[in-house]
Amino acid sequence: MNKKTSQTTAKSAKKKSTAQSKGKLSGVNASLSRDDKIKLYRDMGRIRRFEERSLHAYQQGKIGGFLHLYIGQEAIAVATASLMGDNDHIITAYRDHGQALSVGMGMNECMAELYGKFTGCSKGKGGSMHYFAPDKNFWGGHGIVGGQTPLGTGIAFALKYKKLEGCCLCLLGDGAVNQGAFHESLNLAALWNLPVIYIIENNRYSMGTSQKRSSAGSPLARRAEGYDMAWELIDGSSVYEIREKLAPIMDRARTQPEPAVVEIQTYRYRGHSVADANHEKYRSKKEIEDYKKNHDPIMLFQRTLAEEGVLSDADIEEIDREAKKEAADSARFADESPFPPEEEIFTDVYWEVDHKTGKNEGRIFFND
Amino acid sequence: MPQITYRKALNDAFAEELERDENVVLIGEEIAEYNGAYKVTEGLHARFGDRRVMDTPISEAAFCGLGIGASMLGIRPVIELMFWSFSYVAFDQLFNNAPMVRYMSGGLINVPIVVRGPANGGTNVGATHSHTPENFAAYTPGLKVVCPATAYDAKGLMKTAIRDNDPVFVMENTLLYGQKWEVPEEEYLIPLGRADVKKEGTDISLIAHGRCVITCLEAARQLKEDHDIDAEVLDLRSIRPLDQEAILKSVRKTNRAVLVEENKPFCGTAAQIAALIQEHAFDHLDAPVRRVSAYDAPQIYSKPLEDEMIPNTRRIIKTVLEVL
Ligand SMILES: Cc1ncc(C[n+]2csc(CCOP(=O)(O)OP(=O)(O)O)c2C)c(N)n1
Ligand SMILES: [Mg+2]
Repeated sequence: MNKKTSQTTAKSAKKKSTAQSKGKLSGVNASLSRDDKIKLYRDMGRIRRFEERSLHAYQQGKIGGFLHLYIGQEAIAVATASLMGDNDHIITAYRDHGQALSVGMGMNECMAELYGKFTGCSKGKGGSMHYFAPDKNFWGGHGIVGGQTPLGTGIAFALKYKKLEGCCLCLLGDGAVNQGAFHESLNLAALWNLPVIYIIENNRYSMGTSQKRSSAGSPLARRAEGYDMAWELIDGSSVYEIREKLAPIMDRARTQPEPAVVEIQTYRYRGHSVADANHEKYRSKKEIEDYKKNHDPIMLFQRTLAEEGVLSDADIEEIDREAKKEAADSARFADESPFPPEEEIFTDVYWEVDHKTGKNEGRIFFND
Repeated sequence: MPQITYRKALNDAFAEELERDENVVLIGEEIAEYNGAYKVTEGLHARFGDRRVMDTPISEAAFCGLGIGASMLGIRPVIELMFWSFSYVAFDQLFNNAPMVRYMSGGLINVPIVVRGPANGGTNVGATHSHTPENFAAYTPGLKVVCPATAYDAKGLMKTAIRDNDPVFVMENTLLYGQKWEVPEEEYLIPLGRADVKKEGTDISLIAHGRCVITCLEAARQLKEDHDIDAEVLDLRSIRPLDQEAILKSVRKTNRAVLVEENKPFCGTAAQIAALIQEHAFDHLDAPVRRVSAYDAPQIYSKPLEDEMIPNTRRIIKTVLEVL
């Protein structure tokens, strides 16, 4: 990990991942059981099948608005969630389906939310960009670029205040690093030694803008140096590598506590959102194909597990069949679920109203 | 007269003003190489180049503030917010710098910027992306606020806004971008502060701005057809300056008013209009002024419920029938 100046990281990240090469697994991966490994693999596939199914529903007109697909980035969600203990928390931006499923939210509630149905995780009130599951330490799902970064900082503050040994993983995109709120958060986190890890999911583009056209200075994580904060670069195509490099950083965050910035290099295969018809204009087809063919996190992990003898061809097929079925079932569930009743528009606005405490004396809604 | 979309009308306004005045520059996210998230600036980067049409990082506070600073030296930035909802990231710049500099400098400095982009709900994108802050802006002395409802108005008002020497916030609507209206080929300007009677009527005044004007026109058509009620539709076009005379004139004629807005009701734009009517035309009213606003809750994601939340013809007609 880097503190202050380090020129080596950028280079070393380009080197072949040690964690995924054959031989003995090291660090946090050494203790993985066969079942653990299969779960990592299965969860990545589940995310992909879920999102492919949601895309289909969007094309059928069953889902509207924005749908930002995570396809290509699955290893990050699965690896981060797999490292979380009881006191660890996670918060992200609007590209949130992967994190949601990884922390254990069900496909049904997630799909129903996309359909705007009452059975959705937020009763159809939040939509694709705004999933939440506080019971799973997942704090959203945030639509405003960079808006979640002070919140992640605050979750870390609360952990420290409560003297809990945990950390907050605060995910953001490569475009979000240019929001003031992010920089202000870095300063606070470093100044107050908060247990927060800002994880930049660098998929190389913010909408149609490449990193080079939007951000001065590279790598992005090096911005941490301005705040005297540690930083690290990780290859996002390898679940093992993300786990191996992130685990000690999370440990330091929990125990010191000490913040860090981690940049995970990844790629999204689809457009910025489903509505982005231009995505083969600002980047080449060849580039997309290269990532799919040579850096796909699911394909690479499948190969690794096959080499380790963990997965047979039959297992692979079976796992995929189950994921597809689970996704198809969730779409059926969403389809058959009711929309929220109209009264729901006015619930969940104020705690006092929902709980009928009678503490409010004045009028609170002004509809007529 | 050719019919063009609201989007193209805005695009033409930018092209004409970029052509006319070397100091006009376009700034915003994805407006140049990507041609705009909603394609409003399509082709302008290709035509006017990097110096005049600029992509920015996702840094609303910085590029809005930069525009304000540059305007103090005579640049005329036209700043796109991909959504007005994102103006909240730049609140200090837009609501505390832009409107205050002129006053606090005793008139020594002025801020000729335009900040523009869509401000609307009805698109199934949830609470964070559906804000309509024209009331916030109109609340702030020093700011002007424009909400065009048609392609014709969008073009004429935008050109005026760009030439205005004060900050003008133009709030557009993603649901209108693709709609077509007649727009003359020759140049024209529409002054700020002049409302437009979009449909004459005698029985009741429907007073609105932005896309609600279009909804009111449809409601007026149905009211005529189904209930033989002749509603007048008055389009405010700009919220500040506000054409108070046009509002009072219409109310004095019809003696009844229903105010329609996509703002939430509490301190929404219509609340101000209602106050003006009762202050200045009370004796002309045959019924209380009523409002049809967005429902008073954060915008719900679920589409069928969101469609109920923002003013629709059903809610307008119901209110009109209650008044008459
Ligand atoms: C404050 C704000 N500005 C602009 C947007 C519109 N917007 C949504 S996502 C996005 C690009 C963000 O890119 P990045 O941070 O790299 O995340 P990615 O989409 O690649 O996951 C933009 C400009 C927004 N949601 N919020
Ligand atoms: Mg990105």
